[in-house]
Amino acid sequence: MTGFHGRRGVAVVAFAQSEHSFSDLGWTEADLVMPLVNEVLATTGLRRSEIGFTCSGSNDYLVGTPFSFVAALDTIGAWPPISESHVEQDAAWALYEAWVRIQHGDVDTALVYGFGKGTVGDYAGISSLSYDPYYIAPLMPGDIGMAGLQARALKDAGFDVDPDPTPPPATDGAAAVILAAADVARGVCPRPAWITGLDHRIEPHSVGARDLTRSASTRQAALRAGVSAGPVDFAELHTRFEHEEPLLRRELGLEEDTVVNASGGPRKADPIMATGLIRIGEAAARIHDGSARRTVAHATAGPCLQHNLVCVLEAGEEAGEAGED
Amino acid sequence: MTTTREQGSDERVRHVLEFPGGYTRSTGPVIGRFLTGLRDGRLFGVRMPDGKVLVPPTEYDPRTAAALGTADDDWVEVGPAGTVTTWTWIAEPRADHPLDRPFAWALIQPDGADTALLHAVDAGEREAMATGMRVHPTWRADRTGSIKDIAYFAPGDGPAEVPPSETDLEPVSMLTVPSRLEYRLRGGTVWNRFIDGMAVGQIRGTRCSTCGKVYVPPRGVCPADGLPATEWVDLPDTGVLTTFAVNNVPAAGAPEVPFVCGYVLLDGADIAMLVLISDVSWQEVRLGTRVKAVWVPEEERTRSVKNLKWFAPTGEPDVPFERYEEYV
Repeated sequence: MTGFHGRRGVAVVAFAQSEHSFSDLGWTEADLVMPLVNEVLATTGLRRSEIGFTCSGSNDYLVGTPFSFVAALDTIGAWPPISESHVEQDAAWALYEAWVRIQHGDVDTALVYGFGKGTVGDYAGISSLSYDPYYIAPLMPGDIGMAGLQARALKDAGFDVDPDPTPPPATDGAAAVILAAADVARGVCPRPAWITGLDHRIEPHSVGARDLTRSASTRQAALRAGVSAGPVDFAELHTRFEHEEPLLRRELGLEEDTVVNASGGPRKADPIMATGLIRIGEAAARIHDGSARRTVAHATAGPCLQHNLVCVLEAGEEAGEAGED
Repeated sequence: MTTTREQGSDERVRHVLEFPGGYTRSTGPVIGRFLTGLRDGRLFGVRMPDGKVLVPPTEYDPRTAAALGTADDDWVEVGPAGTVTTWTWIAEPRADHPLDRPFAWALIQPDGADTALLHAVDAGEREAMATGMRVHPTWRADRTGSIKDIAYFAPGDGPAEVPPSETDLEPVSMLTVPSRLEYRLRGGTVWNRFIDGMAVGQIRGTRCSTCGKVYVPPRGVCPADGLPATEWVDLPDTGVLTTFAVNNVPAAGAPEVPFVCGYVLLDGADIAMLVLISDVSWQEVRLGTRVKAVWVPEEERTRSVKNLKWFAPTGEPDVPFERYEEYV
């Protein structure tokens, strides 16, 4: 477990996701998130007051409302004041922050949630504004344009992929996860999904300075998370575009028989800013339901797989102890 | 930021997020020098520690983060012709794209550079595009120091003619990029029911079924409990002023200065509501003043919060501070 010696054992003990919608049903952020927060609390039997840290991931540009993430705070009962944080990123990175927070040792539980309304805005425009503001954003290439550059590069390099990417369906949805440290995890979950590896790495934001036929950041994160230390039963990959799967399989070092995106994956539902967290939740759910012993989740951000997070989850008492102090 | 309701629409409103005049950014010395080159119709790169040339340049080495472009010798003129390293076809251009006809996005490695820049290639048709093809920039006549000073790249080695531009200008140090995003939003059920009330001069709130607190404007979730607050409550349009501000800074859409805004705790509500205070001179506004809503005449009402013009003093005795201090 590279890099995990001496860390607190932390597990995903509950996961919930919305019934994602492909049209705007007029749901507010709170409408999306509230049922899920209550669901993961009910699953674990934890009370709101027992949650040590809360972290969320979302993007205000999706609905064009400044501070829209604050509205979602209504759902977590933030009075009296709680310990809370937010990332303007996919909530997989909120989970990373929560995992780090639990490593501090003074809190044992964390609630993580992410939400996105992809159906009301212009994601090609929104994604463009997140790119390099001097050289790229003024051209408005959008996520599909950027993905096309990588798809073509992979095709040229001999990958069997369609060089013309189609985007996943615009989706409204959310997800929530509860993390718990060793003793608490065992008390609230019959089969905790222990996080035995977690790492994220980023590449230069100049796409023209990168080799788009490689994903060095995924490879490095996978190495540090210890993906190859054992067999992988299921992998959940943040593949918004089909051509990304063969590249990620190679860089993660997945065997041929590893099932990827058994859930349907981001190609079936892509609630932006929750999509990556859902990968971790789905990978954990396979352990919760006993169908897997060891799974891998991947989340990505930025153009052409710029920033990649890899999480290894395992069943069993020894997995929980592997990270114990 | 503007939001408009469209006639005959499916209850969705068009919402535009726009920054008039665009975002203005300082370029710093390296990006500024590259953009100055573009304004002059020339392409430059900077040498990285490994001797390779980075285009478009950044202030730091993408690998080592070492400072780049600090010495004149580090700068290398490249291209202007170059080679396509990858591309993707855009069959349906957007209004904010560089070309109004089908084109390709491409990463283009200018001759003499070791990295590529993103731009549009005007190849006419998809079949004319290929990885490894040669392209050259088509320069705009009205260049300002922007990536868009290159209108697009065209197939072939050129020549890339540079329309003359103004000379003796200061180096580029700022970049202004307009941005505009459009949304189509649908009001939530809670908001719609609130607005339906406002249309008939009735203020509606919601009550949390757990703690019993009444929220106005209504919310679907009790922020203290994180549980549904869906019991509807019709509230009176009277209350107490819990705090206020006298505004002397004019703002678009705001009343003429000086105007007073304040928080009013409606009778029966558990949260104060931000409103305008009027029909009283600003010198006479006090905490604890009893106030009542002033509505637009019935025949002029629309399905809008604007039906409630402002709150005005009722003339009743002031409410003692202890009675509302929890809400300040």
